Amino acid sequence: MSEMQDYASRLSDPASRKFETFSYLPELSPEAVRAQVQYICDKGWNPAIEHVEPENAFDHYWYMWKLPMFGETDVDSILGEAEACHKANPKHHVRLIGYDNYAQSQGTAMVIFRGPIKV
Amino acid sequence: MAKTYQAGVKEYRETYWMPEYTPKDTDILACFKITPQPGVPREEAAAAVAAESSTGTWTTVWTDLLTDLDYYKGRAYAIEDVPGDDECFYAFVAYPIDLFEEGSVVNVFTSLVGNVFGFKALRALRLEDVRFPIAYVMTCNGPPHGIQVERDKFNKYGRALLGCTIKPKLGLSAKNYGRAVYECLRGGLDLTKDDENINSQPFMRWRNRFEFVMDAIHKAERETGERKGHYLNVTAPTPEEMYKRAEFAKELGAPIIMHDYLTGGFCANTGLAQWCRDNGILLHIHRAMHAVLDRHPRHGIHFRVLAKALRLSGGDHLHSGTVVGKLEGDREATLGWIDIMRDSFIKEDRTRGIFFDQDWGSMPGIFPVASGGIHVWHMPALVTIFGDDACLQFGGGTLGHPWGNAAGAAANRVALEACVEDRNKNGAEGLEKRGGDVLRAAAKNSPELAAAMETWKEIKFEFDTVDKLDVAHK
Repeated sequence: MSEMQDYASRLSDPASRKFETFSYLPELSPEAVRAQVQYICDKGWNPAIEHVEPENAFDHYWYMWKLPMFGETDVDSILGEAEACHKANPKHHVRLIGYDNYAQSQGTAMVIFRGPIKV
Repeated sequence: MAKTYQAGVKEYRETYWMPEYTPKDTDILACFKITPQPGVPREEAAAAVAAESSTGTWTTVWTDLLTDLDYYKGRAYAIEDVPGDDECFYAFVAYPIDLFEEGSVVNVFTSLVGNVFGFKALRALRLEDVRFPIAYVMTCNGPPHGIQVERDKFNKYGRALLGCTIKPKLGLSAKNYGRAVYECLRGGLDLTKDDENINSQPFMRWRNRFEFVMDAIHKAERETGERKGHYLNVTAPTPEEMYKRAEFAKELGAPIIMHDYLTGGFCANTGLAQWCRDNGILLHIHRAMHAVLDRHPRHGIHFRVLAKALRLSGGDHLHSGTVVGKLEGDREATLGWIDIMRDSFIKEDRTRGIFFDQDWGSMPGIFPVASGGIHVWHMPALVTIFGDDACLQFGGGTLGHPWGNAAGAAANRVALEACVEDRNKNGAEGLEKRGGDVLRAAAKNSPELAAAMETWKEIKFEFDTVDKLDVAHK
């Protein structure tokens, strides 16, 4: 059995801040992000991109990057928009959302570019 | 033609057995499993159940003739064999909607499972399923908020919610209890839960618990940057006391409270659900006492009926069973009542024990809560079975981690996210088989998960031995 370890989470440690789904995994590789975009398209959800300063990540409302891409099913176009948002806001978290208009809710949401977190 | 009064005892089937009857869209329909006393004909037993659960009594009375009993009576309209059990049979009964007060689960069940269950001509009686017509559903308040609203409030999307019941279930002081909550939430769980036995005992009065738990939630939220909650149990000896506790939870800013709907009762539960709607607080429902009612195969009330009753009475979460580690037959039946909790329309499906179509209209869905005896190795199966719209609660599977609650919580969170990522990429089919590899890969970046996997045993999933429940309900 492995030796006992401390759970190193601190108010004072930026690395302790999480941002919901997949934030307990290592940052997704480009190939892994592509698979998640494909999943959103296969579900028939509407992809959307949002971003925010990491220190404001707790807020419900982040900044929308343009409008949700209603009906867009081309994975490269969606990835292109996410990339453009990241280039324009390199220090922000960038979140990929799949809007499920039947459930009237987000089918999924995940941060795909992680900004540097300050405390 | 006017009827004349004749005193005496009539056979029930003369009045209440109507095989030619076509149920109306507005009728409440019930399927009973009847085990009659020896020598009682099936039609007579079925008619007796219809009579005793609606307008009938053991003898005719003159006041019967002051109303139109042919309009108000329940009608036994069909009988079927029970596969694999020759001593009982299914009886289908239709009740006109006018027999029941609008929006009253209390009133419906007082009739359907009232005196009739003690009726001498029956050895045993089980209510297998009930079809609530949309006309009746619309009179009920239902879940205070529902799945989508809860997701929006907590900002949790694309995965199941993760929870944990705090243990030991009795005996902790309020401050030590809050510590256990804080450790779970900072480690990555979304929600923690009061044990159902915890109300307001001498060792921990409710008010102290509420205050320390809210402190734990607030600190965990600041530390992780994620929204957290704890089901504060407001189940109480009287409705007045229950509302007092709910009001204080609201005053503290608690996002979710909890009630035990069977021991607390449908009256208290329906009132509390309405209060939760009015006050913007989510409602977690525990089901203590359910096994007393639903476990015996020939007597009582099936859990799918109790689940429907709760959806009408109101709740945003309801314990559903975990499926894993039990018999395969349970898996099909559980999938059936999980759909009853979450979906807006559920089709008749005897292979899952569902006897009627059920239309919920726009009534919100309930999060099924899988709790009890589960740990990280179960995660691939839980993600496959429950999908995202569920709350997975790891009690021992969090608190029993060798490094403590926070590490246990992190292990569960990493395991869940790894399984969801894999499912989204490679499909739900086969996730249970791939699960071991998915977890082992994720554990390379999470010492907490690696330690959890060392502590508990790998579940071997035997895909080829899937049991067939079809036989039991054909």
